[in-house]
Amino acid sequence: MTIRIAAEQLCVDYNGSVALYDASLTLPAGCICGMVGMNGAGKSTLFKALTGFVRPSRGRIRINGLKVAEAQREQAVAYVPQSEGIDCDFPVSVWDVVMMGRYGSMNLLRIPRQSDRLAVRNALERVELLDLRDRPLSALSGGQRKRAFLARAIAQRASVLLLDEPFNGVDVRTEKLMAELFLQLRSQACTILISTHDLSHVRDFCDLVVLINKTVLAYGETSEVFTPENLSQAFGGLPPDVLRGQTQ
Amino acid sequence: MSVVALLLEPLRHDFMVRALLISALVGGVCGLLSCYMTLKGWALMGDAVSHAVLPGVVLAYALGLPFSLGAFVFGVGSVATIGFVKQKSRIKEDTVIGLVFTGFFALGLVLVSKTRSNIDLTQILFGNVLGISAADIQQTWMICLVVVALLLLFRRDLLLFCFDPTHARSIGINTGLLHYLLLSVLSLAAVAGLQTVGIILVVAMLVTPGATAYLLTDRFDRMTWLAIGSSVLSSLLGVYLSYWTDSSTAGCIVLVQTGLFLMAFLLAPRHGILCRRSS
Repeated sequence: MTIRIAAEQLCVDYNGSVALYDASLTLPAGCICGMVGMNGAGKSTLFKALTGFVRPSRGRIRINGLKVAEAQREQAVAYVPQSEGIDCDFPVSVWDVVMMGRYGSMNLLRIPRQSDRLAVRNALERVELLDLRDRPLSALSGGQRKRAFLARAIAQRASVLLLDEPFNGVDVRTEKLMAELFLQLRSQACTILISTHDLSHVRDFCDLVVLINKTVLAYGETSEVFTPENLSQAFGGLPPDVLRGQTQ
Repeated sequence: MSVVALLLEPLRHDFMVRALLISALVGGVCGLLSCYMTLKGWALMGDAVSHAVLPGVVLAYALGLPFSLGAFVFGVGSVATIGFVKQKSRIKEDTVIGLVFTGFFALGLVLVSKTRSNIDLTQILFGNVLGISAADIQQTWMICLVVVALLLLFRRDLLLFCFDPTHARSIGINTGLLHYLLLSVLSLAAVAGLQTVGIILVVAMLVTPGATAYLLTDRFDRMTWLAIGSSVLSSLLGVYLSYWTDSSTAGCIVLVQTGLFLMAFLLAPRHGILCRRSS
């Protein structure tokens, strides 16, 4: 079995305050993993470590068996941002955004070749945005924007996809489409790590779950990990009402 | 007097031809850069860098070096100081910026009063494009060529860096390098800009055209052309205006820029306040 993400005893601290300690995680090729935890539990820190934005103070990360920087050069890692992390008024078109997924495989001047255009077109088709390709980003709905960023990850042909709160503020159509795409990507041996606090989605289509609160509390098959005890531990002893209803 | 005569009459003076050419050149270059500044939200950084170059200019004059060299060193130095203080302390970035650039600027003021040279402070603070020397023209040309070359070479990477640095990073692009590249280009452009409008107003050259263009379009390519166009137009019109009215050239250039911004603010097709209200 190919291992996509292997994090071993990861520690990250910012100026002395610990954001993550002893976090270990192994994700095989072809799986969808939900990462669940409260705000400040270290979800975004783990993403930052996986995208090379913070350097772990201890432990190591391997992606496809490579160091993070090497895996990035191989275009193995795609990050799909939260809507809040993006300036939606930025003057770029949908096509431009998706083309940015190809930059890593282009020459220094980033001049697209025919193959890049094909990859972008194909990705836009898969997220059903081809008709809107010339629209500016600001003219899209929240769900369409989300799909544009997913198309960027698809165009990049990454084998590891990191998604930050992908279901926040999306319409039903987008949600359904995204779920289908995740399954397709999984069958193409991609590994998808989804950070979310929406537990119902995790139950619906994640194969694996990792519960995070400054470290990896529990990790494994969704049915085994999603126990009331584990969840209350992840949410600081007090699982939110929504969650209590779902776990019974 | 006809309009044509009004426009042609000043061209009889060599200093006016030079001023128009250099202002238009600097305006165009700063206009291009201003797109990145507005999108990245670096207006304050532009203000900081342009003020912080003062001690560099004074020292370079005193040592007989090209003043752009001193300005560049101190411009980049101020940015490095800002980065260092921010990283090593709990003070917020805007405070650090305010603190560092005023410190550098104050050092410059003291140096001006302590160096025995014929530096004209007013000239540095408010620009003197009508009296620009041949050597300064040459320097400005070189700076502008370097800035444009760098911006064109890295335009897509810089756009991505402004838009989504996390993605840039995750596909293996060196965002630290792009950060310093953009800051170096900013320092260079500030040096070129202070020739025409002086230290105090150079930030207008680095921000206003980009802001105006941003209100007029949702496409980056069009935004750059609009910014360059409005900036060049402001420079030319400003120089003429200052000639006709016998008033500060820097003031006139920036005033025209501000006027164009106000027009966009009110009348821009989609983002102007008047059109938005009626739709």
